[in-house]
Amino acid sequence: MIVMMALAGTMFAAAPFLIDAAPQEATMGLVYKIYFFHMPSAWMFLTAAVVAGVASFRLLFLKRPRADHWVIAAAELAVLFGAFTLVTGPLWARKSWGVWWVWDARLTSSLMLFMIFVAYVLLRKYGGAGSDKLGAGLALFGMANVPFIYVSVNYWRTFHPPTSVVPKLPVEMGIPLWFCVAAFTLLFIILLRLRARLEHQRDRVEMLYLAEDEA
Amino acid sequence: MRLLRMVIVLAALAAPSLAFSDLSSVALAKEEQPQPPADFVPAESESQEQIPAMPLLGAAYGFIWLGVFGYVWSVARRLRKVESEIAALETRKR
Repeated sequence: MIVMMALAGTMFAAAPFLIDAAPQEATMGLVYKIYFFHMPSAWMFLTAAVVAGVASFRLLFLKRPRADHWVIAAAELAVLFGAFTLVTGPLWARKSWGVWWVWDARLTSSLMLFMIFVAYVLLRKYGGAGSDKLGAGLALFGMANVPFIYVSVNYWRTFHPPTSVVPKLPVEMGIPLWFCVAAFTLLFIILLRLRARLEHQRDRVEMLYLAEDEA
Repeated sequence: MRLLRMVIVLAALAAPSLAFSDLSSVALAKEEQPQPPADFVPAESESQEQIPAMPLLGAAYGFIWLGVFGYVWSVARRLRKVESEIAALETRKR
């Protein structure tokens, strides 16, 4: 874990230099460089939703109670990376499109996914007993949105760049992007494990209190 | 707690009205906006920009850095609290 943290720290320290070295884009100019953190954030947002959905499936249908810890961790990360995506996107759009926001399929469905996971976090905080299973249902519903969000730019009319932009990137733009994707993936794994560990430890506290009551 | 509940209810009530109030401007904006780029093309030279990009770029990167540091700090604080509770309980058990 320490090695992963050191590697992620180094990668995030090096990322600004690589981004700075990347050329400006012909029509969008300098502002397109938001892309190097916006796109990895969006991918981690969708990944967190999938992780939460898979863990919810394990909790609901395979009766694995510890899977709940991973749902909580992934849902919180979906809120974090969702916030990054939904804040950096409009900052880029303001200059590229001339508006902060448009209600197209990609942006609206991403906002919906973000709100689903905000609802999950609030439900788990204030829902009381039984909120784990109710929340798992919500997270499964969130995961079902992910493929729709991903393909939305290819099927509906939008100003958002299509998914085909990524594989066609020139090398000088592709290197910093894939470097940032790797850094964000590492950060995601570290945060997911840390947050899940917090839930494991909370479980341990409950067990210790129960053992104390029984003694 | 009560204040938080009020804020959540007010935000839930305000969200749809804000969304629909912006629809007419979206329809107008759509006509004026350019088509999405099919490819990202490197620029030949530095462009002259009407809306300065630097503050937008700074805000985007700043928000992410702050968010990451804030979240790591929050998880570490919660973890420290729980682990000290475990240590206290285990000492009491012995």
